[in-house]
Amino acid sequence: MEQNLILLYTLFAPLVGAMLLLFLPKEKEGLIRAFGIGVSLITFFLSLAAWSMFDASKAEFQLQQQFLWLSRYNISFHIGADGLSMIMVLLTTFLTTLTLWTSWSGIAKKVKEFTFFMLILEVGMLGVFVSVDLFLFYVFWEAMLIPMYFIIGIWGGEQRIYASIKFFIYTMAGSLLMLVAIIWLFMYAYNDVHMYTSNINDLYKIGPKIPFEIQKWLFLAFTISFAIKVPLFPFHTWLPDAHVQAPTAGSVILAGVLLKMGTYGLLRFSIPLFPQSAHYFAPAISTLAVIGIIYGALVAMVQTDMKKLVAYSSVAHLGFVVLGIFALTPESVQGAIIQMVNHGLSTGALFILVGAIYERTHTREIDAYGGIAPIVPVYSTLLLIVSLSSIGLPGLNGFIGEFLILIGAFKSPVLNNWMFSIVAASGVIFAAVYLLWMYQRVVFGPVKNEGLRALKDVTAREFTIVALLLVFIVWIGVYPATFMKITEASTAKLIKETLTTLSIRY
Amino acid sequence: MRHQIYLAILLPLLGFLFNGLLGRKIKNEKIVGAIGSGAIGLAFLVVLVSFFETVALPAEQRALIVPLFSWLKVGLLEINIGYQVDQLSLVMAMVVTGIGFVIHIYSIGYMHGDKGFWRFFTYLNLFIFAMMNLILADNFVLLFLGWEGVGLCSYLLIGFWYDRKFEKSTTSDAAKKAFVVNRIGDFGFLIGMFFIYLNFNSLNFTEVFSRAGVLSGIPESTFNIIALCLFIGATGKSAQIPLFVWLPDAMAGPTPVSALIHAATMVTAGVYMVARCSILFASAPLALTVVAVIGLATAFFAATIGLVQNDIKKVLAYSTVSQLGYMFLALGMGAFTAGIFHVVTHAFFKALLFLGAGSVIHGMHEEQNIQHYGGLKKYMPVTQRTFLIAAIAIAGIPPFAGFFSKDEILWKAFSHGGFFFWFIGAVTAMFTAFYMFRLYILTFEGKPRFDSAHVHPHESPKLMTIPLMILAVLSIVGGFIGLPHVLAGEHGNLLENWLEPVFKVADARLLRSAESSGSLEVLFMVLSVCIAAVSIYFARRVYLNKPAIADKAAGTFSGLYRTLLNKYYVDEAYDAAVVTPILKTSRTVLWKFTDVKIIDGLVNSTASLFTGLGERMRKLQTGVAQFYAVLMIAGIALALFWLISIIN
Repeated sequence: MEQNLILLYTLFAPLVGAMLLLFLPKEKEGLIRAFGIGVSLITFFLSLAAWSMFDASKAEFQLQQQFLWLSRYNISFHIGADGLSMIMVLLTTFLTTLTLWTSWSGIAKKVKEFTFFMLILEVGMLGVFVSVDLFLFYVFWEAMLIPMYFIIGIWGGEQRIYASIKFFIYTMAGSLLMLVAIIWLFMYAYNDVHMYTSNINDLYKIGPKIPFEIQKWLFLAFTISFAIKVPLFPFHTWLPDAHVQAPTAGSVILAGVLLKMGTYGLLRFSIPLFPQSAHYFAPAISTLAVIGIIYGALVAMVQTDMKKLVAYSSVAHLGFVVLGIFALTPESVQGAIIQMVNHGLSTGALFILVGAIYERTHTREIDAYGGIAPIVPVYSTLLLIVSLSSIGLPGLNGFIGEFLILIGAFKSPVLNNWMFSIVAASGVIFAAVYLLWMYQRVVFGPVKNEGLRALKDVTAREFTIVALLLVFIVWIGVYPATFMKITEASTAKLIKETLTTLSIRY
Repeated sequence: MRHQIYLAILLPLLGFLFNGLLGRKIKNEKIVGAIGSGAIGLAFLVVLVSFFETVALPAEQRALIVPLFSWLKVGLLEINIGYQVDQLSLVMAMVVTGIGFVIHIYSIGYMHGDKGFWRFFTYLNLFIFAMMNLILADNFVLLFLGWEGVGLCSYLLIGFWYDRKFEKSTTSDAAKKAFVVNRIGDFGFLIGMFFIYLNFNSLNFTEVFSRAGVLSGIPESTFNIIALCLFIGATGKSAQIPLFVWLPDAMAGPTPVSALIHAATMVTAGVYMVARCSILFASAPLALTVVAVIGLATAFFAATIGLVQNDIKKVLAYSTVSQLGYMFLALGMGAFTAGIFHVVTHAFFKALLFLGAGSVIHGMHEEQNIQHYGGLKKYMPVTQRTFLIAAIAIAGIPPFAGFFSKDEILWKAFSHGGFFFWFIGAVTAMFTAFYMFRLYILTFEGKPRFDSAHVHPHESPKLMTIPLMILAVLSIVGGFIGLPHVLAGEHGNLLENWLEPVFKVADARLLRSAESSGSLEVLFMVLSVCIAAVSIYFARRVYLNKPAIADKAAGTFSGLYRTLLNKYYVDEAYDAAVVTPILKTSRTVLWKFTDVKIIDGLVNSTASLFTGLGERMRKLQTGVAQFYAVLMIAGIALALFWLISIIN
């Protein structure tokens, strides 16, 4: 096996940074902030370097690194990246950098602790995406909860304790199910091949052989755990609370990366490990996904709090992703993956913009605003473009993902029913309603109250951050090939192997 | 230049970027206006040169595809950003850039002094960019990009004066309504694309249409579904029943916008799309009938509403809806050329009517109620004369542009649809001539009904009147491109000859040929001229000589009058049947009940179940040592008992 250190460097750069950070004096907040951004920027460049060494034409894990960890059970610290991992790593390092930069003004207290937790969180997230060992994956999956718990619990809004505990317990409940399933799978593998293995590639060969009656419970244990993270309807009620209470940075990372771990898990584990069960449950899960699309949009429509509106819109957007994943066509899965990225960019930008105005007025109530277009023209323009991207306007990123998911699901041999796509497509109407309605009430109309006249337009820092996101929003909209190429081979492999196991012809 | 057709798309994009990024800093109307209009003028030149190059080629070499780069390539999908130069797209592109250019020039005068001057030109250029993508796209997905793009520009421009009131609400309400109603149509269009992809494994025009052309075992029902889905899209964009409700509200935007987007170009996108997919529609008889019936019904109902409206732009808006209905009637009859012909002539005279209305509104200090006009003839001679030309053109008096195109539609309605289609179409024509001259007379003729002490009407500046004159000329002569066979001979219809290769396959499938008709067609022609003339005479008699008749009629038929005035209460019905229930259900049933009470309730009660259990368990921890000892001994005893039982 070829050994390459670049992924290891990428994974541990933020950890080393976090350790060094401990030696900085806590009063020097500016230095700490700059240091945090610097570390995340280095990590970002390392991930770019990893991308440059990555061969997108190959479907298997690359840039691997393996150390034996628990030799008795043959569990190793084994990392590597296929296309899916690669694109998620890039998204993570990019968003973490922007988030730390955003927090320059948003986080006022305990800056050192905040920066520390953010860097640790980044390690956890990256670890989830690059683990090739199932136990290692689980360790990162759980570890990442802790910094997030503190970020919401310490720097959050008024009901931060409630929100952070709800977040923790919800996810924890799912994780425990998964842990039981992992141990069961591990023992089954031992009985099957008379050797302990937790290497994903080995398990891929074993999972499909598990008798269906047992396999379906394992599938459910994994999938419910991921579904909570996504969140798939009806496991979504932790999300609005967590988003509303979290500081802007928390919301951006939560929406941008954490939710994607759920959909990543579906693609990495649920489907390839248990293809028969995935096929069996695909209609049921797709139904929940479609319900989520409509439900999330309808509930978003009647929200009075901007952040809650965006949170519910996430439920709808992630519904598209899950639908695309379980439709299992090249179009829909590629669409789902690019939609994971899109949601990170667009919703991240929305949270940053909502956060920016919250910092000025300390309210997120839609009704408190109105007529700010002439007062903050640049802000209004940015908010419009980001909203349009979220609405799925062709030419911007959201359209590419939604269109591919819908057209793929429409002709999916696994779902074998047009109705999923048709009902889901009606979500595009509601998306236009809730976002444009919010936009109209906040930005247009006569100036609602005199206090708004003193609003300051975006600062250079805020502008640059959102503009950087916009670059990719337009890029993916006009020339998605740059990013879709990364995952093309691994998606093709996933679909080919799954459909071969199921003997479905595509 | 044909191979560089993308320049006609790139130029408006550059104009958009320039004014969008720098316009606010430049603050100079001359520069902003010149860049904005110049980009469109150059684009028009590109199209014009391409047109003449194409004309010079033999018919079978005229169609050309110019791919730029690969946009989406997944599975079987291979979508390019690529443009199609053919007879149909060139006609549409000339109309869009040509009329677009004239309206840009007009806007320099009309928007003079507006604080959003630069923003206006930014949006207008973006509109042309999107519209050109729609027209020139060589595949459905890129067409859809343009389709949604023009919808966005429409949204931005309707809500351009975002701090103004409009009727009972605000301009931004009207803008949002336009976008959302259009999205409902787009939903249909999307589903149509999915069905096309499912059946043809492609979304490129060339492949889809050639596969559809050879009828490879695809059942008629599939064609019907596809065509109907696409048509839902068309009803949204082109304001047909049941999705027409947004267009009258779209008048909240500045008048040049109404002229360009909501009369001449964007709203005809649905007509263009259906014509482009002629082979799909020709293979779907049921869908064609639906198109014809919806078109006819829309033409008729919108015209009746137009009879009683008092807002100058509202009358024109309903007139537009009605005229679009005619175009769909033509398409439904399988007369694709006739539909496109009416798109072209309508673009000339309706743009002229709107720009004339804008000139009047400009001169009357933003007053839009025609009951407060009157006798403007002597104050605005250019506006009056050009407006009259347009009114004659739309009323259908030969040899003005509207006569030929409308008459061809009516003739096709008779020859392919039967007497009923012709009759309703002719009644609609009667109404059209009537409301148009009611509008003209109440505005320009008779005595002034405004307070001349405070209102001083004046003619608009040259920047605005010259565009009116250009369009007036086009409204007079525009009809000659499509002279009927009876008058011009077997091959005298220029437009028909030109478009023949595009619609050849569809015509063949419908068994339509360029039939030559005889004296019957002449008879019908004479008949429709008479209808128009009588109608105009009637309008003149009522509104110029005896205005009391109108009031009396309104009084006698007050129920009907109020129904028409309130546009058949369609908005109110939609609100009560769709909008309010959805909002209420979402708020109470979905959010406050399902989300908060049921799901969260379940989660929280699970949590309290465990805390409750914990509470109970805690009671076991009494803190009395003896109690623990008793439990311990009991436990040991049990364990021993169990062990012994196993050993035995």
